[in-house]
Amino acid sequence: MAANVGTVAELVGNNEQTILPEWVGLQKKSGSLQTGRITEGELLSQSRDFLHLLRDGLAKGGNDAANPAYGPARQLLGDISRSRALQGFSPRETATFVFSLKQPLFNALNRNTTLSPTQAAELTWSTTLLLDELGIYTLEVFQKSREEVIVRQQREIAELSTPVVKLWDGILALPLIGTLDSQRTQVVMENLLQTIVDTEAEIAIIDITGVPTVDTLTAQHLLKTVAAARLMGADCIISGIRPQIAQTMVHLGVELNVVSKATLADALAVALERTGRAVTRLKNSVSGSGAHAKLSEKGQ
Amino acid sequence: MSSERLDIRTSDDVVRVRQLTRTLALKAGLSLVDQTKVITAASELARNTLDYGGGGFVLAELIEGAGRHGVRLTFEDQGPGIQDVEVAMKDGFTSGKGMGLGLGGARRLSNEFFIHSKPGEGTKVTIARWK
Amino acid sequence: MDRIPILKFGNALLVTIQVDMHDRLATALEEDLTAKIVEYNAKGVLIDISALEIVDSFIGRMLDNIAAVSRILDADTVVVGMRPAVAITLVELGLSLTGVKTALNVERGMELIKARLRTTESEEDDVEQ
Repeated sequence: MAANVGTVAELVGNNEQTILPEWVGLQKKSGSLQTGRITEGELLSQSRDFLHLLRDGLAKGGNDAANPAYGPARQLLGDISRSRALQGFSPRETATFVFSLKQPLFNALNRNTTLSPTQAAELTWSTTLLLDELGIYTLEVFQKSREEVIVRQQREIAELSTPVVKLWDGILALPLIGTLDSQRTQVVMENLLQTIVDTEAEIAIIDITGVPTVDTLTAQHLLKTVAAARLMGADCIISGIRPQIAQTMVHLGVELNVVSKATLADALAVALERTGRAVTRLKNSVSGSGAHAKLSEKGQ
Repeated sequence: MSSERLDIRTSDDVVRVRQLTRTLALKAGLSLVDQTKVITAASELARNTLDYGGGGFVLAELIEGAGRHGVRLTFEDQGPGIQDVEVAMKDGFTSGKGMGLGLGGARRLSNEFFIHSKPGEGTKVTIARWK
Repeated sequence: MDRIPILKFGNALLVTIQVDMHDRLATALEEDLTAKIVEYNAKGVLIDISALEIVDSFIGRMLDNIAAVSRILDADTVVVGMRPAVAITLVELGLSLTGVKTALNVERGMELIKARLRTTESEEDDVEQ
């Protein structure tokens, strides 16, 4: 049997001139180049490299795709799948790379007159199994790479969407935007508490104007954060609570002493007052606006 | 997997349980908050074992599953056991001098929590915290 | 038995907890503090727990008790420097220490105590007038 598969290796070696163009042609036909993500030159060199490695595998590893002799071939397939996953190829486009090799290979087998029909059938079958196995491997790597991309993006989003900003000396703001699941809330809250320590802030304003809904668990997390901040010696003000969210909080039976204000501006005013500051309008600024008013009167 | 057994006979042993838990939590790579949670849960349960179970031991293990690491602690005593586990889990319940947050608190601080107790047969509590 | 040192700081007491306390040490601290508040007629107690890696329900209860006792003895207790992870865990545990005042650090805690002393003094002034 192994000798028979060795025949395929020989066949691949001797017929590269016919197999390669046919294979690349099929790949082009199935649209591998249409999206312009890779060039024809790249496709050709990827195909040629794989054909060589497949031949080496067939020569030494029989038709068992798990054999170490197929290591380099799998390595190359893994690299190709990974890069295609990152480039945004579809699973079909990625799997086609291996599966479209079947037809040129079988054509080459059939053209070989030294093989009896039974032998040709046997070899076709074992080569089918081998290529199926390698195709599945391709898809596994593709899937895994996509998942890695998703995990990385989730992490990036979590980091991007949790900025703790300093509004004033000792006053922090955490503008929350988007849906708050409880995992994200947890990251955000730990981040806020750590920033309180780092900046020695007395007051933190949690602004949820940009939060469309808050589920029960998230509301609890928010309240726990307020409680934790208090234990550390800092006060929290929640601002921008939408009507539905206010209802959720009431239904939760929230009795914690949470100071809440309609807008971030109101919250900042409270925070400034508590830290012994006040905002006043400058005199020349007032006269400036008066001048402006006069100007617009003239215009009319 | 490394595991370690520690007797709980005095209040100094409660401190030792905390230290052992910290060592394992670090090995398991838990985040700072998760470390703090599991050490606090261990402290509550070790004190329960001492105060209500009349002493016992803890078995602390590093665990691994589904590509994650974690810490598992099993507290066992041969004490009087718990009459009604459901009631004992509620906050504010106490048969002794504590604040009654031990069992319920330890459950909230853990990812997994099992308790087995019968009057006269002692108590066994197992908790786990995953990375 | 070792005890946790209590420092006198004007009319306030300062305790810095730096060790992983076993329960007897915590109980001893509670007793010592009560005695010192009376002895020095202290108006404030600062408990710095910034070195503590965990606060369980036993230590939480000790802090609550110290605050309650000092209140009866006309002194304010301020717990300072609790770490974020410790605070998150305490809340999860179900302890919010509502009777205890808190501050970010010793400096801020001292300001809290001084502020309270000033209001008490001015109230006394009002009475005299």
